Amino acid sequence: MRVNLTVNGEQRQADDVWEGESLLYVLRERLGLPGSKNACEQGECGSCTVYLDDVPVCACLVAAGQAQDREVRTVEGLAEGDRLDPVQEAFVEAGAVQCGFCTPGLVVAAHDLLERVPQPSDPEIREALAGNLCRCTGYEKILDAVRLAAARR
Amino acid sequence: MDFLRPETLAEALALKAERPDAVPIAGGTDVMVELNFDHRRPPALLDLTRVPELQRWDEGLRIGAGVPYARIIAELGDRLPGLAMASRTVGSPQIRNRGTVGGNLGAASPAGDTHPVLLASDAVVEVASARGSRMIPATEFYLGVKRNALEQDELIVAVHLKPAAGPQQFSKVGTRNAMVIAVCSFAISLFPAEKRVGAAVGSAAPTPRRAREAEEFLASELDFSSPKPLLDSVKREFGELVSRAASPIDDVRGSAAYRKHALAVMARRTLGWAWQELIDGERACA
Repeated sequence: MRVNLTVNGEQRQADDVWEGESLLYVLRERLGLPGSKNACEQGECGSCTVYLDDVPVCACLVAAGQAQDREVRTVEGLAEGDRLDPVQEAFVEAGAVQCGFCTPGLVVAAHDLLERVPQPSDPEIREALAGNLCRCTGYEKILDAVRLAAARR
Repeated sequence: MDFLRPETLAEALALKAERPDAVPIAGGTDVMVELNFDHRRPPALLDLTRVPELQRWDEGLRIGAGVPYARIIAELGDRLPGLAMASRTVGSPQIRNRGTVGGNLGAASPAGDTHPVLLASDAVVEVASARGSRMIPATEFYLGVKRNALEQDELIVAVHLKPAAGPQQFSKVGTRNAMVIAVCSFAISLFPAEKRVGAAVGSAAPTPRRAREAEEFLASELDFSSPKPLLDSVKREFGELVSRAASPIDDVRGSAAYRKHALAVMARRTLGWAWQELIDGERACA
């Protein structure tokens, strides 16, 4: 089937989409947007987190057809040209990136948190990132990055 | 595979009548996992996310089956504290943004987080087909492990609840706070005006189930008209009766013996919290 959707502000079209396919597969394999990562495919790890109509979701759990006529914003859509989003900048500066696999999902989840709660408490940060697994950092540097991004707002 | 995209409830019911083999999908938090792992290859998916009737709730607390947990927490937490507490323990923010009570009921997993609350709070499930609709009390909805009372051509349309008539509590055991399938869970609802108690266990029997004997024992022991601190013996006996209502198994998440023990502990604690809330409420009014 064909799926039409808006991705990062652009009207996109994906063809030959299998009806049981996930939005994540469409983004990565059909639309050339490999920023959202494919790891657990069961909503456990959060590395495929994207905005769907402004709400963060696991792209692996959205059926491609459910994204028809919807608006998707991926990690690729956060930076403006060469200028990183403040959350991305803070991740780099705080050393919150090691292998980098979890980073796109965490960046989107942190971005959403700061949109909703500009000055989050530590428990609010932990809760907001509870659906994103990182196996490298031990999370401390990630928490630092979110605090840094919040402080700069 | 076909992807069916109804835009009204009538259309969804007509499609389900025509294609009873179509698997309904809303938040996708269960169905997509099965598809991604090739555990299931249904002939059709019936996408319910575009059916407006399923996405709303009304003041009568008829909650559309497609209202996600995040909205239940944000919009209904004051009137349905028990359901909001259970909803908060579901998955992660991303999962709560998508997952729905309708999906919890449709999957009918014995470990579904909202089931004990629905049972303890006298929820009624509204299901519909092209033939008409029917109201199924939650107590009659769960038939077996991942089996519910739905007919092949029916869809879950809404769940009906009453605003909390008194304190409600929910408790769940897992290895961490987020992303945990319950090892076991427990919900209690107090109905002070009716001098009645609702209590139900999750993930501790082939279906979620009410702890009737525990409810009756507690209703006979509690002095709702002038609530005073509870005797430990009452809390203990309540915990024992709740534990006895369960028939858990040993599995990867926990042993049957552990589940029985944990249920008794959760029942005692949640009763303590709920009862204290009632005492504090009385004091505030006095």
